[in-house]
Order: sequence, then C-alpha cells, then structure tokens
Amino acid sequence: MAKFYTKEHEWVEMAGAQATVGISEHAAHELGDITYVELPKIGKSVKQFDALAAIESVKAASDIYAPVSGKVAEVNQALNDAPELVNQGAESQGWICKLDGVNEAELGALMDAAAYDVYLKGL
Amino acid sequence: MEELKATPLRADHENLKALMAPFGGWLMPIQYSGIIAEHKWCREQAALFDICHMGEFLFKGDVVADGLEDVFTFSVNSIPVGRSRYGFLLNDAGGVIDDLIVFRLAEDEAMIVVNAATTDNDFAVIRSRLKNPAALTDISARTGKVDLQGPLSREIMVQHFGPSIQDIPFFKFIKTSILGSDAIVSRTGYTGELGYEIFLPADKVTELWRLLLEDPRVAPAGLGARDLLRLEMGYSLYGNDLDETITPLTAGLPGFVNMNKEFVGKAALEREIEQGSPRTKVAFKVDSRRAPRHFYQILHDGAEVGVVTSGAFSPMLSCGIGLGLVEPKAAALGTRLTIKQDRVEMEAQVVELPFYTGGSLRS
Repeated sequence: MAKFYTKEHEWVEMAGAQATVGISEHAAHELGDITYVELPKIGKSVKQFDALAAIESVKAASDIYAPVSGKVAEVNQALNDAPELVNQGAESQGWICKLDGVNEAELGALMDAAAYDVYLKGL
Repeated sequence: MEELKATPLRADHENLKALMAPFGGWLMPIQYSGIIAEHKWCREQAALFDICHMGEFLFKGDVVADGLEDVFTFSVNSIPVGRSRYGFLLNDAGGVIDDLIVFRLAEDEAMIVVNAATTDNDFAVIRSRLKNPAALTDISARTGKVDLQGPLSREIMVQHFGPSIQDIPFFKFIKTSILGSDAIVSRTGYTGELGYEIFLPADKVTELWRLLLEDPRVAPAGLGARDLLRLEMGYSLYGNDLDETITPLTAGLPGFVNMNKEFVGKAALEREIEQGSPRTKVAFKVDSRRAPRHFYQILHDGAEVGVVTSGAFSPMLSCGIGLGLVEPKAAALGTRLTIKQDRVEMEAQVVELPFYTGGSLRS
C-alpha cells in the first residue's frame, strides 16, 4: 500500500483499516539527532491534523500531527530507549504509532510520494 | 540587518558540508557529521573548533597606572606572566556586560579574549574605563583562534608542535611558533576535556585547520556540540545564562569576583550581598530524555518560581539537563521542579554541578 504525506512532514501507510504513522525522512534529517519521542497513549482518539505526539532533537522540539483520524492501537515502544531509530529509518523502524478505525477518504487531503517530492523541492 | 561576518575558514566549512547559521553576528558552523557524533568525538578523541569569531584585545602598558587593574571583577596585576584568569566586565548595576579571559603575556602586556557578539561594545567600554585608552588595541581581525579539545589533544599537539606543550598546566599558556608564526597555546577550553586554545595570525588559520584535520584522531565539531559540551559542565553561556540584567552573584559565579579590589559594579554587588539575591542560579536534571530549553518556565509546588536559561538533552547522562534562575526558596539541592512550556511539561530535580564528571579536563 502506498504512503501518503502531510505538509507537516508526517507519513501514513494503510493496511486494511489500520494506519502506521511516522515522520518523513526529510523531517528527521532536518531535525538532526533525535533525543526524545513522546508517544501517544494507547486508546487515544485523534482527529486528522490534531496534535498526536511530540518529538525533540538536539536542536528543537516539535509536535507530530495525526495525518488521519483514528484511535491509537499500538505505539513503537522501542523509541523510548532508542529515539535515534527515527534518524536511522524514519519511514521504517522509526514509525511512531498505529491508528485503528481510519477512514481512507481522508487520504485525499494528503500527498502521495511523487507530490510530496515536488512539495519538498518547493520549500 | 547587518551583514554576517565570516571567519577565514568559511570555505573549508562549506567543503565539509557543514550546516551554517548565524551566531553573534557571524556565519558559523553548527554541525558537520551530527551534533551528538561530534560531542562524542570530543569526549573520546579530539575535536577541532573554529573559534575565530571571538574577539581579542591587546593591552600594552602599565596595568595599574593605565587603569586596567580596576576594569574587571578580578585583579589583572596579580596574574603571573604565562597564566590566564576568567571573570567579568560589569555595568554600574553589577550586570554582566561580558565574561572573558585575560592572558598575562608580559608584565606590561595582556590579551583579553571576549565573546563575539559583544566584541565592539566591550572594546568601547574597556577603553572608556582606562586612564590611557591608547593602551588597548582591537586585534580581533588579525587574530585567528581554533580550539583542539579532547582526551587525545595533548599527544596530538605535542606530535605536531613540539614537547613544550606536554607540560602546560590547566589555565597556563605558552608563547611558541606554529607554522612559522608566533602563536599562543593555552590549556583552556569550554568542553570539560583536556584541551588547548590556539591563537595565531588569521592568515595562518586555514593551514593549521587543514593540518590538524589530516590527523585521523581529529574531527571538526560545530557550535551545536560545543553548546552540549559546555552545558554538561555547567559553564555559563553569555546571552543565555549571563547578560546585563544578571550579576555574577546571581549567576552563581562569586568565585570570579574579587571584592577586595575596585571595579565598576562593586557597589551593586555589595548591596546584593547585604540584601540577598532575588534570584539564584540552579542546575537541574530532568527525569526523562525530554530537553528543557531557554525561556521555559520553572515551577515549584505549582507556582512559577523562575526561568530556564540553558537546556539540552545530555548524551552523557541520557536525560535532559538545564540551568535556570529561580527564587531562592526553590534553589536547594534536591528541590523538585516542574519545567513547562505550552503542552510540554517535565519533572526535574536540583543537582550539583558539573552534570558530567568524567571529563579529561585536568588529566
């Protein structure tokens, strides 16, 4: 299943009605060494583009917004002790959480990989 | 906005793909390979820093008769030749105009090393306080400075520049020759590691930089790593932990103030000693990896008691660390604090400095 991206540099990948969420490689590179990830609480419901989690690097603290609405089903516990996993693979082992009950129609408000590439070039 | 100044090493930084950003009016390297990797390299090997942005003034004259003795919070006249001393230039209210180091080059000669952003103002203030202003010259433009810091720095320096460096004690320096030019090698730094500050003519800096970087034990480090390294030691950063509204007593640095001599700001400090400081410096450790940052609020028992002046994630301690100014009631060791900014909130505890005690500084 394809990945979709937000203008705030989150990504989301669907598997059935479950979405895996993280920040983009570009965002991880811009943040520099990531030192802390505030994971959301399991069971928390979020609306699309609401604050979902937070991330800190040696340079800055930023919020992570929900790319789609849903309920937090799982979080990447490995990031508690090894937030640098986000630098090592922001779009693979550095995923943040999984959301259940996602409405695929919301993906229409996001960019696919090709569109995100064009968006990054315009920044 | 005024145009940013560049050091002689700008092209070299760009060739190394450094991330460059403004700092104190200068375009400076923030990081090369990554802030944490550079920090670790400095703690374990030897890191090279471009510090050409800092200001240097040369004083030539009679320290007492020409008035230098009464300018700073410490005595210049009692610094033995070959030694340096850290302290402050204050305003009338006792606030810190700058923190600086004076190197006693000779009986009648001293070099004053100041922060980059404050250089021009410092020069004007110091001159205005001298009985003989002509004794002071701003040599910043023709003076280059790089720092080599880390446990391997001594063996590297000795190998490249000779055995005279082997036995330089902490806060002492030697005048020597590097790459055929007069240079000063000083056993000082801002990292908590064994290290050297090297002053030499600005037109020789590039050659020195490239020579040291050819050594596999040496890697370049930017201002990002420098900030983490100094904060792990609890060293104050001018503009964050010190400024014109903060006295050295409030900033927890009374050891660098000699109340037995005259200096501008002394009367204000005497009042502060008598009446007590309304705010006091604290160092605190966060319970998590979360980083406090400059201007975050500090709360104690639910009430706001102060503000964070410096904060970061400490790679050596694997937790957030910070410095702040708080009401005295919240400053005792062990006091529990809450650090807060908008949605961000973290619990912390007042601790002793330095945060990091494993450095090679005095080895």
